[in-house]
Amino acid sequence: MRAVDAIMECLKAEGVDVVFGLPGGANLPTYDAFVDGGIRHVLVRHEAGGGHAAEGYAKATGKVGVAFATSGPGATNVVTPIVDAMMDSVPTVFITGQVRTDLIGTDGFQETDTLGITMPVVKHSFQIRSPQEIPRAIHEAFYLARSGRPGPVVVDIPQDLSRADIDYEPIGDVHLPGYQPTTDGNAKQIRQAAKAMASARRPVVYAGGGVVNANAAKELTDFVTSDRFPVTCTLMGLGAFPAPHPQWLGMLGMHGTRAANYAMDEADLICCIGARFDDRITGKLSEFAPHAKFIHIDVDPAEISKNVPAHIPIVGDAKSVLAKLVKEYRALDSVDSSRMDEWWARIEAWRKDHPLRYDDSTDGEIKPQYMVQALYEATGGDAIVCSDVGQHQMWAAQYYHFDQPRRWINSGGLGTMGFGLPAAMGAQVGCPDQTVVCISGDGSIQMNLQELATCAQNEIPVKIFIMNNGYLGMVRQWQELFWDNRYSHVDMGTFPDFVKVAEAYGATGLRLTEKSTLVDDMKAALQTPGPVMVDVRVTREENTYPMISPGMPARDMVG
Amino acid sequence: MGEPATKDRLSLEDLEATTNLRSGRKHILSILVENKAGVLTRVAGLFARRGFNIDTLTVGPTEDEQFSRITLTFDGAMHPVDQVTKQLHKLINVLKIRDLEPNDTVARELALFKVAVEGPQRAEVMQICEIFRGKVVDVTRRSVILEITGTTDKVEAFERMVRPFGLIEMMRTGEIAISRGRGET
Ligand SMILES: Cc1ncc(C[n+]2csc(CCOP(=O)(O)OP(=O)(O)O)c2C)c(N)n1
Ligand SMILES: [Mg+2]
Repeated sequence: MRAVDAIMECLKAEGVDVVFGLPGGANLPTYDAFVDGGIRHVLVRHEAGGGHAAEGYAKATGKVGVAFATSGPGATNVVTPIVDAMMDSVPTVFITGQVRTDLIGTDGFQETDTLGITMPVVKHSFQIRSPQEIPRAIHEAFYLARSGRPGPVVVDIPQDLSRADIDYEPIGDVHLPGYQPTTDGNAKQIRQAAKAMASARRPVVYAGGGVVNANAAKELTDFVTSDRFPVTCTLMGLGAFPAPHPQWLGMLGMHGTRAANYAMDEADLICCIGARFDDRITGKLSEFAPHAKFIHIDVDPAEISKNVPAHIPIVGDAKSVLAKLVKEYRALDSVDSSRMDEWWARIEAWRKDHPLRYDDSTDGEIKPQYMVQALYEATGGDAIVCSDVGQHQMWAAQYYHFDQPRRWINSGGLGTMGFGLPAAMGAQVGCPDQTVVCISGDGSIQMNLQELATCAQNEIPVKIFIMNNGYLGMVRQWQELFWDNRYSHVDMGTFPDFVKVAEAYGATGLRLTEKSTLVDDMKAALQTPGPVMVDVRVTREENTYPMISPGMPARDMVG
Repeated sequence: MGEPATKDRLSLEDLEATTNLRSGRKHILSILVENKAGVLTRVAGLFARRGFNIDTLTVGPTEDEQFSRITLTFDGAMHPVDQVTKQLHKLINVLKIRDLEPNDTVARELALFKVAVEGPQRAEVMQICEIFRGKVVDVTRRSVILEITGTTDKVEAFERMVRPFGLIEMMRTGEIAISRGRGET
């Protein structure tokens, strides 16, 4: 069998139903196999779009996302999505073409040391050295991408090796002696954690993207509601716990709620699940949660005690550990929920005194926060929301109340502008029956706008809502607040004309400027078949609040 | 208020953080890796990007050709040892890591010294070499090359002795180390 046909067989065996990519010289043989390989391939317009689409697909479905690129510039174009997938632990496999083996090391045409460039930013990578290795490498890549702490895996295949014929036999097992993720969690530690939770008077449950990755939202809810534990999620964890719930404090971190951040600040016990005490969460690390002891549950042992020393470390899969933790907690003797009365009174006071708020317009102008509220209403809160990076991302996180996991797809760790549209495209391909919207900024959308052509050609009906403030708004905000109002290269004016751009790409373009009809206009856009790009003109200079200023402790939040 | 009453409660005050402290001493890690292309780059790259400094690093074959052994030393005063080992464990090609106990370990490195000596000084240098159980491996009219094997401390002590004579060049392999006793390292 041709090695490239074996690649198709391997992909099918891994359950792959779609690949995002773009061909070139070094992966011509592989692309020949797509002609009758029985696997859907979506031709993207830029490999970065393909990589982010694979991420969006993976985040929406929980399956491994797959992107193909050719050697040289094709491979370097997927570097950003690879890093993005590493930072946010997204299960992805990138299969890159490489020049012929006799050209490797000669600076051949479109030769790039793909393995070298990506080595610091992958979970693992494979350089194929003989055609016979290809099937095993691909299966190992999928296994690594999806198991343990998920992440990106690169398989780099020289052109001549992919042209070879091999003896292909389906591979049922993988052999990775140096890779044995711990999933179960130490039973004694779990019992200790349950007892600590039962002893805490001011506990907080702090959950992150790891809960979503582990499909552990139900277990998280069971745990949180096995008592009156207050719960907050990171930007990556939104949806892991239903936002409308009374025990929900809102998101924590730089633009989180005061209730969540103040609760962390005064907690006596913090139970962290699948999160990593990133600087956007802790603010000034030395003054973070000064009264708290920490339970830290993570499948990646290296995260535990990396930034904040854990008192009860538990290495394991969030789903399995939480299920056991719930059992242990319920089995405890006479747990008295009233021990948290004072704590809840304090939390209620924060909620009452500091709800998320903004000054709405009185003159019909669309405030950006209102735009997200309007979209929440127009979609009935029932959409997969992908976002780009900037102020619009934070407002989307604050005002779209996610009640299910895998409904909020954004670039958290890397903060990649240009993530939103291709991710939405991937999410829509993975979830064809759901409404997929992309909340973007006028800056971010231009970083992968070419994928609108992919959406139009393939009838991928994503609905893009551009929060158009004419600025690189988040950077403008920082210049206003921390650089004495000296705006430097953040004003983008009213370029381009997004309605015309949408039409040129073969999508529907709309411009919305009226607050009074916004919800209905958005509903109309959502009902328009095919891809739609909506240019929503919002207040130009609005700041995202509240905010923990960089390097400051949470209790000094402003705004 | 008051203390927890049942065995199902504990005092949060008594919980202690897992230590992530710097040990303050030199560590020798013996890392068994798959003998595959690029593995050394992955290990070295990990140290570089996490900001861990490597003091010495040696790589060589083992008794089993599927594996190589990397012996790496770093300063535990500068880096939290368990972060270093946990991050190393995340590399798929890393099979086993031993943070060797100084007392239970035999460590050696090889060093070559080219010293500028003429006339009566030569005899003096050769005598020092003998005391250190070193070897003279090359002699010319104006120089000698000496070979020393031993722990890093011994090599460094020897260096201090010969440097005043005129040290033209010094080359060191970095330490390799093996655990004492019958068990595998
Ligand atoms: C690729 C990339 N370049 C630069 C940045 C820095 N950055 C963060 S937010 C932002 C502004 C984004 O502007 P826009 O998409 O219009 O969003 P807004 O903040 O206005 O809502 C910039 C430039 C980034 N995150 N990513
Ligand atoms: Mg903007």
